[in-house]
Amino acid sequence: MNSTESIEPTAQSHRIDAARIGALARDFGPLIALILLAILGWVLNPSFGSWTNITNVLTRSAITGIISVGATFVIVSGEIDLSVGAMVALIASLMIIIVNQVAESTGNLMLAVAAGLAAGLIIGLFTGLINGILVTKGKIDSFIVTLGTMGIFRSLVIFVANGGTLTLNSDVREAFRPIYYDAWLSVPIPVWVLALVAVSGAIVLAKTRFGRYCRAVGSNADVAFYSAIRVDRIRLVAFVVQGFCVALATILYVPRLGSASSGTAVGGELEAITAVVVGGTALRGGYGRVWGSIAGALILTLIGNILDLTSIISVYLNGAVQGLIILGAALLQRGSRKR
Amino acid sequence: MNLKIKSLVVSLSLGVSGLIGFKAVAQEQIKIGVSVPSADHGWTGGIDFFAQQTKKRLEAAYKNLQVVVVTATNASDQANTLEDLVAAQQIKALVILPYESAPLTEPVRQVKKKGVFVTVVDRALTDPNIQDLYVAGDNPGMGKIAAKYFADRLGGKGNIVVLRGLPTVIDNQRFDAFMDGIKGTQIKVLDSKYANWNRDDGFKVMQDFLTRFPHIDAVWAQDDDIALGVLDALRQAHREKEMFVVGGGGMKQIVKRVEDKDTLVPVDIIYSPSMIAVAIEVTALHFVAQLPVNGHYILDSPLVTPDNAAQYYFPNSPF
Repeated sequence: MNSTESIEPTAQSHRIDAARIGALARDFGPLIALILLAILGWVLNPSFGSWTNITNVLTRSAITGIISVGATFVIVSGEIDLSVGAMVALIASLMIIIVNQVAESTGNLMLAVAAGLAAGLIIGLFTGLINGILVTKGKIDSFIVTLGTMGIFRSLVIFVANGGTLTLNSDVREAFRPIYYDAWLSVPIPVWVLALVAVSGAIVLAKTRFGRYCRAVGSNADVAFYSAIRVDRIRLVAFVVQGFCVALATILYVPRLGSASSGTAVGGELEAITAVVVGGTALRGGYGRVWGSIAGALILTLIGNILDLTSIISVYLNGAVQGLIILGAALLQRGSRKR
Repeated sequence: MNLKIKSLVVSLSLGVSGLIGFKAVAQEQIKIGVSVPSADHGWTGGIDFFAQQTKKRLEAAYKNLQVVVVTATNASDQANTLEDLVAAQQIKALVILPYESAPLTEPVRQVKKKGVFVTVVDRALTDPNIQDLYVAGDNPGMGKIAAKYFADRLGGKGNIVVLRGLPTVIDNQRFDAFMDGIKGTQIKVLDSKYANWNRDDGFKVMQDFLTRFPHIDAVWAQDDDIALGVLDALRQAHREKEMFVVGGGGMKQIVKRVEDKDTLVPVDIIYSPSMIAVAIEVTALHFVAQLPVNGHYILDSPLVTPDNAAQYYFPNSPF
């Protein structure tokens, strides 16, 4: 009796230490990976730290980052959306067609851009709603629903583009360009949008009732249902949020190159899901964090950036390096959420 | 007597059927099956466009000729469409742009065994004995011509960067021929990275090259889609005056810029999807004119300059 009492405190403190380190890795794993990667990049090539490169990387991350905020909500609710890459391509194609049409018929470039932005948002919300309705009212697994809509969206792009590439007319392209290329307080606009989406997404997920319900539904849909949560409503809204985020990302994507084709954002869905999971959100749902997804998106962009800035690794091994870093980032938080 | 009448009837009917038979030969329907990849990027979009255009032209010109164009989304899908073309459509000739070389060699051999005339386009089968006719662009030629242009234009020395396509045989042929072509000059390739024949990746890779190298004399993008991404990256960094960009393929936007004497895009190198049209036309010639057409048709990869750009500009093509 005495002996057990004397042993207990040490065992407990030991356990607490392990738990602390585990918690630290779980809480800050993606951030630690991001910092390590940034240091690596800076060591390999000092121009990595230049303001131009930093803004390049942040601006490039904006598109995946914004999509991954939406994906965080979908995944936390226990669902998955595979259609986001094709959705980018579809929204971009339709935006380009509409912007060109309005510019040609009215001659008013600002009106054309405004029409494009409005159309992008409406199409994004609508496609998200379709996914959500099919999942909730159609009672089809979201994996299959979004696999189906992915094929539909992608082939609609081929159809409207006549198998080729849609391009913004050059005058309206100039009017649209600032959305991607201009800066405010020397920070590019896409980075501001990313920051805004990230902060509001984090607040909604962590502090609002909708965020709490998302986690409840993803954690255990039956319990959530018996707790009087309208499970289907929460899932539906999560898909609409995803559609909205994809639309915002596409609005930033279109002015960058002013074109879209069937090859636009191929694999975008996997990038978004990877960013979310590397960021520490549980793929099975119930737990997630928005800032982690942003860190995940930054990690993905950084890998490509660092590989471009050096030539010590054979280009044939780019994919392997990416895989290793993603696995490493995931390992950093392996202690989290054992169930 | 009875026998005589019978023989008379037989010979008459033979004669008649012979006549009918002769008539049938004269107006025999010739079906050409065309099997191509579906439009999954700009260049294959161009392939589909030129295939459809040639179908319309040939069917209008020759009443007894029918061209059936089928697209496939991957190699095994394409093998299935071949079976359908032979069994259901009973084609006399097959014009195929194989998705991949190795997996389609056997299926095409099966088609050949049925007595079908086989024309292979662009990507060669692993067994060249199967084809009657081979039509392709000149990938090593693209690299060689680009290398010569760079050497001439840069006066034999300078710093350049190279953006490659996807890790495939076609990309290796272009790249190796280019590196071979600048051998012996003082042109230095600062680095080469894959941009996956894709505008977005062309933009990203070029942004990083611009961060990394303070002085670049020229960019070999070897593809017009990549080149368009490169051009936007240059514009963003305000370094358009420093260098020039050479793409490849013959995309209409780029050919137009060459024609307009854009200093940033001084030339282009053709690798046109219109090669499918050449392949279908020559195959048709074999049937309608009974010309011996068998052999290899390698289309040159000509250099497009402001002087000759007009003849390579197809405003209606999706490519």
